[in-house]
Amino acid sequence: MKKLIIALAASAALLGGFSSGAQAQEKKKVCFIYVGSKTDGGWTQAHELGRQQLDKALGDKVETKFLENVPEGPDAERAIERFAREKCNLIFTTSFGFMDATVKVAAKFPDVKFEHATGFKAAPNLATYNSRFYEGRYIQGQIAAKMSKKGVAGYIASFPIPEVVMGINAFELGAKSVNPNFKLKVVWANTWFDPGKEADAAKALIDQGVDILTQHTDTTAPMQVASERGILAFGQASDMIAAGPKTQLTAIVDTWGNYYVKRTKALLDGSWKSEQIWDGLKDGILTMAPYTNMPDDVKAMAEETEAKIKSGELHPFTGPINKQDGSAWLKAGEKPQDGVLLGMNFYIEGVDDKLPQ
Amino acid sequence: MRIELEKRARVSTLFSIISPLLALLLTLVFGAVMFWFLGKPPLGSLYVYFIEPLLEVWSLHELAVKAAPLILIAVGLSICYRSNNWNIGAEGQFTIGAITGSILPVLYPEWHSWAILPLMMIMGMIGGAAYAAIPALLKTRFNTNEILTSLMLVYIAGLFLDWLVRGPWRDPKGYNFPVTKSFQVEAVLPEILDSGRAHWAFIFALVAAVALWFMMRFMLKGFQVSVLGQSERAGRFAGFSARRMVWFSMLLSGALAGLAGISEVSGSIGHLQPAISPGYGFTAIIVAFLGRLNPLGIIASGLVLALTYLGGEAAQVALEISDKAARVFQGMLLFFVLSCDTLIHYRIRLVLAGNQTKEVKA
Amino acid sequence: MFEAILLTVITASTPLVIAALGELVTERSGVLNLGVEGMMIMGAVCAFATTQMTGSPYIGLLAGIAGGAAFSLLFGFLTLTLVANQVATGLALTILGLGLSGQLGEMFVGKPGIKLQPIVIPLLSDIPFFGRVLFAQDLTFYLSVALVIGINWFLFKSRTGLKMRAIGDNHGSAHALGINVIRTRYLAVMFGGACAGLAGAQLSLVYTPQWVENMSAGRGWIALALVVFASWRPWRVLAGGYLFGAVTIGQLHAQAFGIGVPSQLLSALPYAATIVVLIIISHNRRTTLINTPASLGKPFVPDR
Repeated sequence: MKKLIIALAASAALLGGFSSGAQAQEKKKVCFIYVGSKTDGGWTQAHELGRQQLDKALGDKVETKFLENVPEGPDAERAIERFAREKCNLIFTTSFGFMDATVKVAAKFPDVKFEHATGFKAAPNLATYNSRFYEGRYIQGQIAAKMSKKGVAGYIASFPIPEVVMGINAFELGAKSVNPNFKLKVVWANTWFDPGKEADAAKALIDQGVDILTQHTDTTAPMQVASERGILAFGQASDMIAAGPKTQLTAIVDTWGNYYVKRTKALLDGSWKSEQIWDGLKDGILTMAPYTNMPDDVKAMAEETEAKIKSGELHPFTGPINKQDGSAWLKAGEKPQDGVLLGMNFYIEGVDDKLPQ
Repeated sequence: MRIELEKRARVSTLFSIISPLLALLLTLVFGAVMFWFLGKPPLGSLYVYFIEPLLEVWSLHELAVKAAPLILIAVGLSICYRSNNWNIGAEGQFTIGAITGSILPVLYPEWHSWAILPLMMIMGMIGGAAYAAIPALLKTRFNTNEILTSLMLVYIAGLFLDWLVRGPWRDPKGYNFPVTKSFQVEAVLPEILDSGRAHWAFIFALVAAVALWFMMRFMLKGFQVSVLGQSERAGRFAGFSARRMVWFSMLLSGALAGLAGISEVSGSIGHLQPAISPGYGFTAIIVAFLGRLNPLGIIASGLVLALTYLGGEAAQVALEISDKAARVFQGMLLFFVLSCDTLIHYRIRLVLAGNQTKEVKA
Repeated sequence: MFEAILLTVITASTPLVIAALGELVTERSGVLNLGVEGMMIMGAVCAFATTQMTGSPYIGLLAGIAGGAAFSLLFGFLTLTLVANQVATGLALTILGLGLSGQLGEMFVGKPGIKLQPIVIPLLSDIPFFGRVLFAQDLTFYLSVALVIGINWFLFKSRTGLKMRAIGDNHGSAHALGINVIRTRYLAVMFGGACAGLAGAQLSLVYTPQWVENMSAGRGWIALALVVFASWRPWRVLAGGYLFGAVTIGQLHAQAFGIGVPSQLLSALPYAATIVVLIIISHNRRTTLINTPASLGKPFVPDR
């Protein structure tokens, strides 16, 4: 039986011209696990662009591989283990739900290096990385407060995890720094990715009287609705200007590529070590899409805020900040620990919504 | 040209054996053509798909992990479908079974006893059965179509799990992320061998399949299932109650789906989270039909379907064949199996224009 | 604001109504096609791709209809000619449709779509309040209403419709009366496919003019529920579709108003509502029996 299988394998390899890449031995392998489709136009596509950037920058020294549409759960563990066995040297797992699977496989393969996006469990060969999206959301909030005539913005949210709650709060803080009475309406779409639902949520918010939209879901549907209804909006994850050339003010663009290149270089020169990395605007892990469809003074303000955040002069979460019910959270000048932000489960004053618990 | 069918007097044993092989052959041929169109080496692709995953020990384990829930759910469904009860909500029963089975480890994480695991499995089965009891009750009491009620309950179960893990059952130390605490060691279904991840769910699946095969083959209950499935009237004349059969088959399939749910959570995941199943409950319907609603056949079909998932992944890595192509390939396999099954019950004739009848298949 | 909400509800309900109407005709002929989701997504991708290539959303609409109908032929061939099991074949059609559409649509992801523009009917659209809601819509809305009226007439007033219902109720005696069961069912299945395709085209040309994988997001399954909800009657499909749309949109507005109910509970409401309605319409055996096609889902092989 075994002979037969080997014979079959050999003939298949000959006939099909399939060879198991023998010359790839000297190159290091960097592998990616995606939760969605690599052309989803949002989260996963941003990671895919990062991988392509890595290919371009270090293609002579590394080879990259990826698996897309990997469900969170036991399938993820298998997919990650497959890469570990395929002799990948560095594996990026790009969704929060891959956390435990990554931890398990990392324990089994101590010689392989792992990096898990947006999680909080680390190991000697497992680093975590995340992006300070809230810095971009603060700038968006300021722009919204300047551009909104009614003083109300709408926020299409996905799921009430700290990442999203933090974003909502940062947006409101930015808006209040310009207009202390600014209100924010939130609708939970309960999905990361459903154009129909996102469009419905956008319409509901517009019908409730908001005149600026921002989203923490991944399709361009809300941007399309905003441009149809003639209001302004912010893009998410990638530059969505094509969906709303007259609508998009700016977008938070995930530029993971810079990070992937940095870490792969560390792998190549042997300086890679397990860290819990939370990079921001200054590190280039996220960038702001060009400020468009706004007057020059608003643009100047946005650029100034961006520069201040990059230089470290401004931290969006700087006290005094009250919680939604009016009780004090941060004293004047106080800044929260990163751990507090990463576990954020309450709104600040001014958010017009009850946080789902 | 026209195709005509003629019912065979007796189910053809010959074609029972040939039909799945023919379907596989057709899938291989069409699959090779499709890969060729996509610019991939046809034979190499098929090799990566169907042979490579079988050559390594770890990947055989993965095959068992993937096949276990499919087989468990599908054998339960086969009894439903044989008796003409169309439970298509196994996905929901899987979810509820996972939830009720997780009550102990989530609420009593400090309880370290060997008793916890059997209790979890039993509670999972009760949960799944109870959830399947809703469409059963609605069908027997109000004559409501179980296809639709069981399907609607899938969405509700998913949202309920979502609410639980984001709300009351969320791990307080988990940075607010939507997962429960990791189960204590005693609550994790052990692996069968040291060489890989395959755990006890696969054994449950084999036991369930063999037990139900025995029931269908040798017990009065099995006979009742087939008679009532073929004709409710005939069953009534024989003194069998269709109403009791609704309850029996729905509770049985619900319990097995629930067991699949809790074993998956306990053995493969280790905690509850919003997404615990990549559609096992629906895929199992296909597995049930591929196995021709025969519990032993379902073991084979469950393994074949699991193989297409593993193979699809391997092909993505080795040949960069997108996962959509993998799904098209799965769809093709299903269509060929379903059409080839016709040969078992019918003779097929190609009737050419004019009255020239030409027998193509005997 | 109320007018705006109504418009949103109409856009959300129209694909459900159209797909459900098609499935209603299929089921009235005695065939249960669970592949609505698959045919819908194929319609969506065909419509979007054709619109991109020709620049005309109307040609795209036709392509969506044709794509759905052609895809349904696969189901027809298996279940009608080869008498394969309808439930399993329908599910397989959905799996294949989701995969195939992803493959076909890969190069259209992220391309800005061309929206099917509303056709404003002069005078009528000036009627206060209802004018803009009912007479300034795009073609798919008008088609959905025309389909309700047309199918209602066809089923209950025309001879062919009567024959088709006879097949759905008892294919054996219909065959004995000399009605061509298989041919009629093929046509009914293709009509269902065409409607599902049209519904899909509405998704990628009107609802959200773009192509993304899996964009039907379970709407085909809801359409299936609607048919039973409506006890196989066209006008009730219309009413049920709008009820469903209203609940979906209503829960988003409830949230925006700041009503603090778990959003998962609100999202579950439409499904729970369907179950309740199913119970109400089916607990009276007589009314169900009048409307339910008795040979639904059963295979038919003519004796020779």
